[in-house]
Amino acid sequence: MTATSGSTIIDLQARKLLCERDDRVLFEQLDVAVGNGDLLQLAGPNGAGKTTLLRLLAGLNRDYEGELLWRGEPLTDDFSAYASQRLYQGHLAAVKKALTPLENLRWLVSSWNVSDDQLWAALDEVELGGYEETACQQLSAGQQRRVALARLCVAPTPLWILDEPFTALDKAGVRWLEGRLQRQVEGGGAVIITSHHALENIASLRQLELGSTRA
Amino acid sequence: MSLVTATIRRDLLLAARNPGEWLNPLMFFLMVAALFPLAVDPDPTFLSKIAGGVIWVAALLATLLSLDALYKADVDDGSLEQWLASGESLYAMSLGKALVHWCISGLPLTLMAPVLGLMLALPEDAYWALILSLAVGTPVLSLLGAVGAALTAGVRSGGLLLSLLILPLYIPVLIFAASAVYHAGIGMAWNGQIGFLGAMLALALCLTPFASAAALKLNLSR
Repeated sequence: MTATSGSTIIDLQARKLLCERDDRVLFEQLDVAVGNGDLLQLAGPNGAGKTTLLRLLAGLNRDYEGELLWRGEPLTDDFSAYASQRLYQGHLAAVKKALTPLENLRWLVSSWNVSDDQLWAALDEVELGGYEETACQQLSAGQQRRVALARLCVAPTPLWILDEPFTALDKAGVRWLEGRLQRQVEGGGAVIITSHHALENIASLRQLELGSTRA
Repeated sequence: MSLVTATIRRDLLLAARNPGEWLNPLMFFLMVAALFPLAVDPDPTFLSKIAGGVIWVAALLATLLSLDALYKADVDDGSLEQWLASGESLYAMSLGKALVHWCISGLPLTLMAPVLGLMLALPEDAYWALILSLAVGTPVLSLLGAVGAALTAGVRSGGLLLSLLILPLYIPVLIFAASAVYHAGIGMAWNGQIGFLGAMLALALCLTPFASAAALKLNLSR
Protein backbone atom coordinates (compact mmCIF):
# COMPACT_ATOMS: atom_id res chain seq x y z
CA MET A 1 0.00 0.00 0.00
CA THR A 2 1.51 3.28 -1.02
CA ALA A 3 0.52 6.66 0.22
CA THR A 4 -1.29 7.81 -2.87
CA SER A 5 -4.12 10.17 -2.26
CA GLY A 6 -4.83 11.95 -5.52
CA SER A 7 -8.57 11.68 -5.09
CA THR A 8 -8.59 13.71 -1.86
CA ILE A 9 -8.63 17.46 -1.99
CA ILE A 10 -5.98 19.11 0.12
CA ASP A 11 -6.72 22.73 0.84
CA LEU A 12 -5.06 24.18 3.90
CA GLN A 13 -4.90 27.94 4.14
CA ALA A 14 -3.61 30.35 6.70
CA ARG A 15 -4.55 33.99 6.35
CA LYS A 16 -2.94 36.95 8.11
CA LEU A 17 -1.55 34.69 10.79
CA LEU A 18 -0.03 36.39 13.81
CA CYS A 19 1.67 34.62 16.65
CA GLU A 20 3.34 36.02 19.73
CA ARG A 21 5.53 34.26 22.25
CA ASP A 22 6.55 36.02 25.46
CA ASP A 23 5.66 39.45 24.01
CA ARG A 24 7.81 38.77 20.95
CA VAL A 25 6.10 38.62 17.58
CA LEU A 26 7.23 35.45 15.83
CA PHE A 27 5.41 36.20 12.60
CA GLU A 28 2.59 38.47 11.45
CA GLN A 29 0.54 38.93 8.29
CA LEU A 30 1.63 35.45 7.30
CA ASP A 31 -0.24 33.74 4.46
CA VAL A 32 0.29 30.05 3.77
CA ALA A 33 -1.54 27.88 1.26
CA VAL A 34 -0.95 24.17 0.79
CA GLY A 35 -2.66 22.13 -1.90
CA ASN A 36 -2.28 18.79 -3.67
CA GLY A 37 1.28 18.04 -4.75
CA ASP A 38 2.88 20.71 -2.56
CA LEU A 39 5.96 20.28 -0.46
CA LEU A 40 6.40 23.23 1.85
CA GLN A 41 9.63 23.58 3.79
CA LEU A 42 9.65 25.98 6.72
CA ALA A 43 13.14 27.40 7.02
CA GLY A 44 14.79 29.92 9.27
CA PRO A 45 17.21 30.22 12.17
CA ASN A 46 16.68 28.52 15.54
CA GLY A 47 13.91 30.19 17.50
CA ALA A 48 12.31 31.72 14.41
CA GLY A 49 9.01 29.95 15.10
CA LYS A 50 9.16 27.02 12.65
CA THR A 51 7.84 24.47 15.13
CA THR A 52 5.27 26.96 16.43
CA LEU A 53 3.91 27.53 12.92
CA LEU A 54 3.92 23.78 12.27
CA ARG A 55 1.90 23.14 15.41
CA LEU A 56 -0.54 25.88 14.44
CA LEU A 57 -1.01 24.30 11.02
CA ALA A 58 -1.46 20.89 12.64
CA GLY A 59 -4.17 22.32 14.87
CA LEU A 60 -2.30 21.50 18.06
CA ASN A 61 -1.89 25.07 19.18
CA ARG A 62 -4.85 27.46 19.21
CA ASP A 63 -2.96 30.50 20.46
CA TYR A 64 -2.90 32.71 17.35
CA GLU A 65 -4.66 35.50 15.55
CA GLY A 66 -5.82 35.25 11.96
CA GLU A 67 -7.56 32.47 10.08
CA LEU A 68 -6.74 28.82 9.57
CA LEU A 69 -8.93 27.12 7.01
CA TRP A 70 -9.23 23.48 5.95
CA ARG A 71 -11.28 23.15 2.75
CA GLY A 72 -12.65 26.62 3.35
CA GLU A 73 -13.89 25.99 6.89
CA PRO A 74 -12.12 27.04 10.09
CA LEU A 75 -9.84 24.25 11.29
CA THR A 76 -11.42 24.12 14.73
CA ASP A 77 -14.98 23.66 13.38
CA ASP A 78 -14.49 19.99 12.63
CA PHE A 79 -11.09 19.20 14.05
CA SER A 80 -11.43 15.42 13.97
CA ALA A 81 -12.31 15.51 10.26
CA TYR A 82 -9.13 17.48 9.63
CA ALA A 83 -7.10 15.28 11.98
CA SER A 84 -8.15 12.17 10.08
CA GLN A 85 -6.70 13.66 6.87
CA ARG A 86 -3.30 14.64 8.18
CA LEU A 87 -0.41 12.97 9.93
CA TYR A 88 1.55 14.89 12.51
CA GLN A 89 5.01 13.86 13.63
CA GLY A 90 6.56 16.12 16.23
CA HIS A 91 10.24 16.14 17.13
CA LEU A 92 9.39 13.66 19.87
CA ALA A 93 9.08 10.18 18.40
CA ALA A 94 6.32 8.83 20.74
CA VAL A 95 8.21 5.54 20.90
CA LYS A 96 8.07 3.57 24.17
CA LYS A 97 11.47 2.14 25.02
CA ALA A 98 10.16 -0.98 26.75
CA LEU A 99 8.20 -2.09 23.69
CA THR A 100 9.38 -3.61 20.42
CA PRO A 101 9.31 -1.65 17.14
CA LEU A 102 6.29 -3.68 16.01
CA GLU A 103 4.32 -2.97 19.19
CA ASN A 104 5.18 0.73 18.97
CA LEU A 105 4.17 0.86 15.34
CA ARG A 106 0.86 -0.87 16.08
CA TRP A 107 0.02 1.96 18.48
CA LEU A 108 1.22 4.69 16.14
CA VAL A 109 -1.03 3.50 13.30
CA SER A 110 -4.01 2.54 15.47
CA SER A 111 -6.25 5.24 13.97
CA TRP A 112 -5.92 3.64 10.54
CA ASN A 113 -6.85 0.26 9.22
CA VAL A 114 -3.47 -1.38 8.79
CA SER A 115 -2.73 -5.11 8.96
CA ASP A 116 0.26 -6.59 10.74
CA ASP A 117 1.69 -7.80 7.41
CA GLN A 118 1.86 -4.20 6.21
CA LEU A 119 3.64 -3.23 9.42
CA TRP A 120 6.23 -5.98 8.95
CA ALA A 121 6.80 -4.71 5.41
CA ALA A 122 7.08 -1.13 6.68
CA LEU A 123 9.69 -2.14 9.26
CA ASP A 124 11.61 -3.98 6.52
CA GLU A 125 11.54 -0.85 4.41
CA VAL A 126 13.10 1.29 7.15
CA GLU A 127 15.76 -1.41 7.61
CA LEU A 128 14.47 -2.61 10.94
CA GLY A 129 13.82 -6.12 9.64
CA GLY A 130 15.23 -8.51 12.23
CA TYR A 131 14.73 -6.00 15.05
CA GLU A 132 10.95 -6.49 15.23
CA GLU A 133 11.18 -8.35 18.53
CA THR A 134 13.95 -6.28 20.13
CA ALA A 135 12.97 -3.75 22.79
CA CYS A 136 13.47 -0.21 21.52
CA GLN A 137 15.79 0.71 24.37
CA GLN A 138 18.41 -1.50 22.73
CA LEU A 139 18.13 0.39 19.45
CA SER A 140 20.11 3.49 18.52
CA ALA A 141 18.56 6.96 18.40
CA GLY A 142 18.39 6.78 14.61
CA GLN A 143 16.72 3.39 14.69
CA GLN A 144 14.12 4.63 17.20
CA ARG A 145 13.47 7.52 14.84
CA ARG A 146 12.96 5.02 12.01
CA VAL A 147 10.31 3.22 14.07
CA ALA A 148 8.26 6.42 14.17
CA LEU A 149 8.94 7.17 10.49
CA ALA A 150 7.95 3.65 9.43
CA ARG A 151 4.34 4.71 9.64
CA LEU A 152 4.89 6.97 6.64
CA CYS A 153 4.95 3.72 4.62
CA VAL A 154 1.38 2.88 5.58
CA ALA A 155 -0.14 6.30 6.24
CA PRO A 156 -3.35 6.82 4.22
CA THR A 157 -3.54 10.53 5.12
CA PRO A 158 -3.02 12.94 2.22
CA LEU A 159 -1.34 15.66 4.30
CA TRP A 160 1.84 15.07 6.28
CA ILE A 161 3.17 17.56 8.81
CA LEU A 162 6.67 16.60 9.96
CA ASP A 163 8.91 18.39 12.44
CA GLU A 164 12.62 17.84 11.75
CA PRO A 165 12.13 14.32 10.35
CA PHE A 166 15.77 14.03 9.23
CA THR A 167 17.15 14.26 12.77
CA ALA A 168 19.44 11.35 13.72
CA LEU A 169 19.02 9.58 10.35
CA ASP A 170 22.08 8.26 8.51
CA LYS A 171 22.75 8.95 4.83
CA ALA A 172 20.76 5.94 3.62
CA GLY A 173 17.90 6.94 5.91
CA VAL A 174 17.91 10.49 4.57
CA ARG A 175 17.79 9.16 0.98
CA TRP A 176 14.92 6.86 1.89
CA LEU A 177 12.94 9.67 3.53
CA GLU A 178 13.54 12.00 0.58
CA GLY A 179 12.19 9.29 -1.71
CA ARG A 180 9.16 8.84 0.53
CA LEU A 181 8.39 12.56 0.53
CA GLN A 182 8.82 12.69 -3.23
CA ARG A 183 6.41 9.79 -3.76
CA GLN A 184 3.90 11.43 -1.43
CA VAL A 185 3.82 14.71 -3.36
CA GLU A 186 3.94 12.97 -6.75
CA GLY A 187 0.96 10.88 -5.71
CA GLY A 188 -1.04 14.04 -5.13
CA GLY A 189 -0.45 14.32 -1.40
CA ALA A 190 1.16 17.23 0.38
CA VAL A 191 3.94 17.61 2.93
CA ILE A 192 4.83 20.43 5.30
CA ILE A 193 8.16 20.00 7.04
CA THR A 194 10.64 21.93 9.10
CA SER A 195 14.19 20.99 8.33
CA HIS A 196 17.64 22.47 7.95
CA HIS A 197 18.31 19.75 5.41
CA ALA A 198 18.48 20.86 1.77
CA LEU A 199 15.75 19.14 -0.24
CA GLU A 200 16.82 20.03 -3.79
CA ASN A 201 15.72 16.80 -5.44
CA ILE A 202 12.04 17.53 -5.20
CA ALA A 203 10.65 19.68 -8.00
CA SER A 204 7.58 21.06 -6.29
CA LEU A 205 9.54 22.27 -3.26
CA ARG A 206 8.59 25.66 -1.87
CA GLN A 207 10.39 27.34 0.98
CA LEU A 208 8.94 29.67 3.55
CA GLU A 209 11.62 31.70 5.28
CA LEU A 210 10.72 32.68 8.83
CA GLY A 211 12.36 35.09 11.24
CA SER A 212 14.38 37.01 8.66
CA THR A 213 13.62 40.22 10.57
CA ARG A 214 14.65 38.95 13.96
CA ALA A 215 15.43 41.58 16.57
CA MET B 1 -8.86 -0.50 16.49
CA SER B 2 -9.24 3.00 17.82
CA LEU B 3 -6.47 4.93 19.51
CA VAL B 4 -8.21 4.65 22.89
CA THR B 5 -8.31 0.86 22.93
CA ALA B 6 -4.80 0.75 21.45
CA THR B 7 -3.57 2.99 24.27
CA ILE B 8 -5.22 0.83 26.94
CA ARG B 9 -3.60 -2.25 25.40
CA ARG B 10 -0.23 -0.55 25.15
CA ASP B 11 -0.32 0.70 28.74
CA LEU B 12 -1.20 -2.76 30.06
CA LEU B 13 1.64 -4.22 27.98
CA LEU B 14 4.02 -1.59 29.38
CA ALA B 15 2.91 -2.47 32.92
CA ALA B 16 3.64 -6.13 32.18
CA ARG B 17 7.13 -5.23 30.88
CA ASN B 18 7.97 -2.94 33.83
CA PRO B 19 6.35 -4.62 36.83
CA GLY B 20 8.57 -2.64 39.23
CA GLU B 21 6.58 0.51 38.66
CA TRP B 22 3.29 -0.83 39.97
CA LEU B 23 4.69 -3.45 42.37
CA ASN B 24 6.48 -0.76 44.38
CA PRO B 25 3.29 0.86 45.76
CA LEU B 26 1.91 -2.61 46.52
CA MET B 27 5.04 -3.46 48.52
CA PHE B 28 4.60 -0.19 50.39
CA PHE B 29 1.00 -1.16 51.18
CA LEU B 30 2.11 -4.55 52.50
CA MET B 31 4.97 -3.12 54.55
CA VAL B 32 2.83 -0.55 56.34
CA ALA B 33 0.49 -3.30 57.50
CA ALA B 34 3.40 -5.52 58.49
CA LEU B 35 5.22 -2.83 60.48
CA PHE B 36 2.23 -1.35 62.25
CA PRO B 37 1.72 -4.10 64.87
CA LEU B 38 5.47 -4.16 65.55
CA ALA B 39 5.65 -0.46 66.25
CA VAL B 40 2.35 0.11 68.07
CA ASP B 41 0.85 -2.84 69.89
CA PRO B 42 0.46 -6.44 68.71
CA ASP B 43 -2.60 -7.01 70.94
CA PRO B 44 -5.40 -8.29 68.61
CA THR B 45 -8.21 -6.49 70.45
CA PHE B 46 -6.41 -3.18 69.94
CA LEU B 47 -5.43 -3.96 66.33
CA SER B 48 -8.92 -5.08 65.36
CA LYS B 49 -10.23 -1.61 66.23
CA ILE B 50 -7.80 0.28 63.99
CA ALA B 51 -7.28 -2.33 61.23
CA GLY B 52 -9.80 -0.85 58.79
CA GLY B 53 -8.42 2.65 59.16
CA VAL B 54 -4.79 1.57 58.82
CA ILE B 55 -5.49 -0.47 55.69
CA TRP B 56 -7.37 2.42 54.11
CA VAL B 57 -4.69 5.00 54.92
CA ALA B 58 -2.03 2.67 53.50
CA ALA B 59 -4.11 2.07 50.35
CA LEU B 60 -4.60 5.80 49.86
CA LEU B 61 -0.90 6.58 50.24
CA ALA B 62 0.05 3.68 47.95
CA THR B 63 -2.28 5.09 45.28
CA LEU B 64 -0.75 8.52 45.68
CA LEU B 65 2.72 6.99 45.18
CA SER B 66 1.73 5.43 41.88
CA LEU B 67 0.04 8.51 40.42
CA ASP B 68 3.08 10.59 39.63
CA ALA B 69 4.05 8.45 36.64
CA LEU B 70 0.57 8.31 35.11
CA TYR B 71 1.01 10.96 32.39
CA LYS B 72 4.64 11.95 32.80
CA ALA B 73 6.11 9.41 30.37
CA ASP B 74 3.44 10.20 27.78
CA VAL B 75 4.23 13.91 27.96
CA ASP B 76 7.98 13.34 27.78
CA ASP B 77 8.05 10.96 24.83
CA GLY B 78 5.44 12.73 22.71
CA SER B 79 2.61 10.18 23.05
CA LEU B 80 0.35 12.86 24.47
CA GLU B 81 1.06 15.07 21.49
CA GLN B 82 -0.01 12.22 19.23
CA TRP B 83 -3.30 11.83 21.12
CA LEU B 84 -4.03 15.51 20.78
CA ALA B 85 -3.09 15.41 17.12
CA SER B 86 -5.32 12.41 16.50
CA GLY B 87 -8.48 14.43 17.13
CA GLU B 88 -9.96 11.58 19.15
CA SER B 89 -11.98 12.32 22.26
CA LEU B 90 -9.73 13.29 25.14
CA TYR B 91 -12.57 12.40 27.51
CA ALA B 92 -12.44 8.74 26.45
CA MET B 93 -8.65 8.85 26.53
CA SER B 94 -8.52 10.19 30.11
CA LEU B 95 -11.12 7.66 31.19
CA GLY B 96 -9.04 4.89 29.61
CA LYS B 97 -5.89 6.06 31.37
CA ALA B 98 -7.67 6.13 34.76
CA LEU B 99 -9.07 2.66 34.08
CA VAL B 100 -5.61 1.26 33.35
CA HIS B 101 -4.30 2.96 36.48
CA TRP B 102 -7.02 1.32 38.57
CA CYS B 103 -6.25 -2.10 37.03
CA ILE B 104 -2.61 -1.90 38.14
CA SER B 105 -3.10 -0.13 41.49
CA GLY B 106 -6.65 -0.20 42.92
CA LEU B 107 -7.51 -3.71 41.80
CA PRO B 108 -4.40 -5.42 43.26
CA LEU B 109 -4.84 -3.34 46.45
CA THR B 110 -8.40 -4.63 46.75
CA LEU B 111 -7.29 -8.21 46.18
CA MET B 112 -4.45 -7.95 48.70
CA ALA B 113 -6.49 -6.26 51.42
CA PRO B 114 -7.94 -9.46 53.02
CA VAL B 115 -4.39 -10.71 53.67
CA LEU B 116 -3.61 -7.44 55.42
CA GLY B 117 -6.85 -7.78 57.34
CA LEU B 118 -5.60 -11.11 58.62
CA MET B 119 -2.29 -9.56 59.68
CA LEU B 120 -4.08 -6.77 61.56
CA ALA B 121 -6.74 -9.01 63.19
CA LEU B 122 -9.61 -7.39 61.31
CA PRO B 123 -12.97 -8.54 62.80
CA GLU B 124 -14.50 -11.31 60.72
CA ASP B 125 -17.67 -9.33 59.99
CA ALA B 126 -15.67 -6.49 58.44
CA TYR B 127 -14.04 -8.40 55.56
CA TRP B 128 -16.82 -7.81 53.07
CA ALA B 129 -17.05 -4.16 54.05
CA LEU B 130 -13.29 -3.80 53.51
CA ILE B 131 -13.32 -5.48 50.10
CA LEU B 132 -16.43 -3.62 48.92
CA SER B 133 -15.24 -0.24 50.17
CA LEU B 134 -11.92 -0.73 48.39
CA ALA B 135 -13.60 -1.99 45.20
CA VAL B 136 -15.82 1.11 45.07
CA GLY B 137 -13.41 3.59 46.67
CA THR B 138 -10.14 2.95 44.83
CA PRO B 139 -11.59 3.78 41.38
CA VAL B 140 -12.55 7.17 42.84
CA LEU B 141 -8.94 7.59 43.99
CA SER B 142 -7.66 6.72 40.50
CA LEU B 143 -10.09 9.07 38.75
CA LEU B 144 -9.44 12.03 41.06
CA GLY B 145 -5.71 11.34 41.04
CA ALA B 146 -5.64 11.30 37.25
CA VAL B 147 -6.80 14.93 37.25
CA GLY B 148 -3.89 15.89 39.51
CA ALA B 149 -1.46 13.83 37.44
CA ALA B 150 -2.69 15.54 34.26
CA LEU B 151 -2.27 18.98 35.84
CA THR B 152 1.27 18.30 37.07
CA ALA B 153 2.53 16.17 34.16
CA GLY B 154 4.53 19.02 32.66
CA VAL B 155 5.94 20.21 35.98
CA ARG B 156 9.41 19.14 37.03
CA SER B 157 9.23 17.24 40.34
CA GLY B 158 5.47 17.64 40.36
CA GLY B 159 5.07 14.79 42.85
CA LEU B 160 4.84 17.07 45.88
CA LEU B 161 2.44 19.43 44.14
CA LEU B 162 0.33 16.44 43.13
CA SER B 163 0.02 15.25 46.74
CA LEU B 164 -0.95 18.73 47.93
CA LEU B 165 -3.58 19.07 45.22
CA ILE B 166 -5.12 15.64 45.53
CA LEU B 167 -4.94 14.76 49.21
CA PRO B 168 -7.79 17.10 50.28
CA LEU B 169 -10.01 15.53 47.63
CA TYR B 170 -9.24 12.06 49.00
CA ILE B 171 -10.40 12.89 52.53
CA PRO B 172 -14.16 12.26 51.98
CA VAL B 173 -13.42 8.87 50.40
CA LEU B 174 -11.20 7.95 53.34
CA ILE B 175 -13.77 9.01 55.93
CA PHE B 176 -16.69 7.09 54.41
CA ALA B 177 -14.64 4.00 53.57
CA ALA B 178 -12.91 3.68 56.95
CA SER B 179 -16.22 4.30 58.70
CA ALA B 180 -17.87 1.51 56.67
CA VAL B 181 -15.19 -0.97 57.73
CA TYR B 182 -15.31 0.15 61.38
CA HIS B 183 -19.09 -0.06 61.61
CA ALA B 184 -19.12 -3.50 59.99
CA GLY B 185 -16.57 -4.58 62.61
CA ILE B 186 -18.78 -3.58 65.54
CA GLY B 187 -21.86 -5.13 63.97
CA MET B 188 -23.62 -2.00 62.78
CA ALA B 189 -25.12 -1.20 59.37
CA TRP B 190 -22.55 -0.04 56.80
CA ASN B 191 -24.55 0.12 53.57
CA GLY B 192 -25.02 3.89 53.86
CA GLN B 193 -21.30 4.58 53.65
CA ILE B 194 -20.90 2.26 50.67
CA GLY B 195 -23.83 4.08 49.06
CA PHE B 196 -22.01 7.38 49.49
CA LEU B 197 -18.85 5.89 48.00
CA GLY B 198 -20.92 4.65 45.06
CA ALA B 199 -22.35 8.12 44.53
CA MET B 200 -18.82 9.58 44.57
CA LEU B 201 -17.74 6.98 42.01
CA ALA B 202 -20.65 7.83 39.72
CA LEU B 203 -19.84 11.54 39.95
CA ALA B 204 -16.12 10.98 39.45
CA LEU B 205 -16.73 8.74 36.41
CA CYS B 206 -18.82 11.42 34.73
CA LEU B 207 -16.92 14.55 35.66
CA THR B 208 -13.20 13.91 36.26
CA PRO B 209 -12.37 12.94 32.64
CA PHE B 210 -13.49 16.44 31.59
CA ALA B 211 -11.08 17.98 34.08
CA SER B 212 -8.26 15.64 33.01
CA ALA B 213 -8.85 16.41 29.35
CA ALA B 214 -8.77 20.16 29.99
CA ALA B 215 -5.60 19.84 32.07
CA LEU B 216 -3.88 17.79 29.36
CA LYS B 217 -4.69 20.41 26.74
CA LEU B 218 -3.15 23.06 28.98
CA ASN B 219 0.05 21.05 29.16
CA LEU B 220 0.48 21.06 25.43
CA SER B 221 -0.52 24.53 24.26
CA ARG B 222 2.80 26.02 25.15
